[in-house]
Amino acid sequence: MIVAFVIAGILSIVSTLLAVSRYSAVHALLYLIGSLLALAVAFYTLGAPYAAVLEIMVYAGAIVVLLLFVVMIMNLGNRRREEERALLKPSVWIGPSIVVLLVAVELLVIIVRGLAPATKGSYIPALAVNAVVFGPYIIGVELVSFLLLAGVVSAFHLGRRRKESIKQGVAQDDEQRRREAVK
Amino acid sequence: MIVPPVYGMVLAAILFVIGLAGLMIRRNMVFVVISVEVMLNAGGLGFISAGSRWGQAEGQAVFLFLLAVAATEAAIGLALVLWLHRRHKSVDSDSARQMRG
Repeated sequence: MIVAFVIAGILSIVSTLLAVSRYSAVHALLYLIGSLLALAVAFYTLGAPYAAVLEIMVYAGAIVVLLLFVVMIMNLGNRRREEERALLKPSVWIGPSIVVLLVAVELLVIIVRGLAPATKGSYIPALAVNAVVFGPYIIGVELVSFLLLAGVVSAFHLGRRRKESIKQGVAQDDEQRRREAVK
Repeated sequence: MIVPPVYGMVLAAILFVIGLAGLMIRRNMVFVVISVEVMLNAGGLGFISAGSRWGQAEGQAVFLFLLAVAATEAAIGLALVLWLHRRHKSVDSDSARQMRG
């Protein structure tokens, strides 16, 4: 089990690093899916099969696919890739990376010092989780439903097209077509 | 045999930090959303490791709630990305510096 966890952890770290550093959004999302699947294996080996299944179904299956759809709608082409390359110069990322490495060292020291003395994990089945979620934490479920409703309303509000902007968009499209025809 | 929870916590710390680095480095809004997802996920891994450490189901229960938060965050973040793309013809987060109207 420990070997499986270490392999999954290394895979997940490598593919997450690739995901945040690619120029192309589609490649980044594919690496993110790889990272999430590896993390699901890690959840399973930590004794949380229910979370592993949800990780695959909700994260890799729903959230990342939603991201992929949006990237495809925006149709970010090769020109954008050049822009990304110009934005991601070493002088941009070296400073934040050093800061973040210090944070990592600090977190690891705290964790290893605080939790190290022989703790062993335990297997928690889905039944126990659901007994807790729909028992003492039922108010949390209700609050989550409010949160999702608020998310739907605000996403709809942001995604709505006003009439002027539709006309403007159509006018711009026409102009672009005319220019291409002239060329 | 179950993996010791310390390993899970260490992995969670590393992933969280990678997500933080992505958030600080990238200016493309799509990558900002991806980085926040990575950070939320690392938080969930921390909760699951802690739940495994104490043998309590609460860790996974919090992961369920975190999943809903991540889904909402993705939906609103993507709506913002689309709005930015339509309005400024760019997904650079600096193009929305003045938040007027």
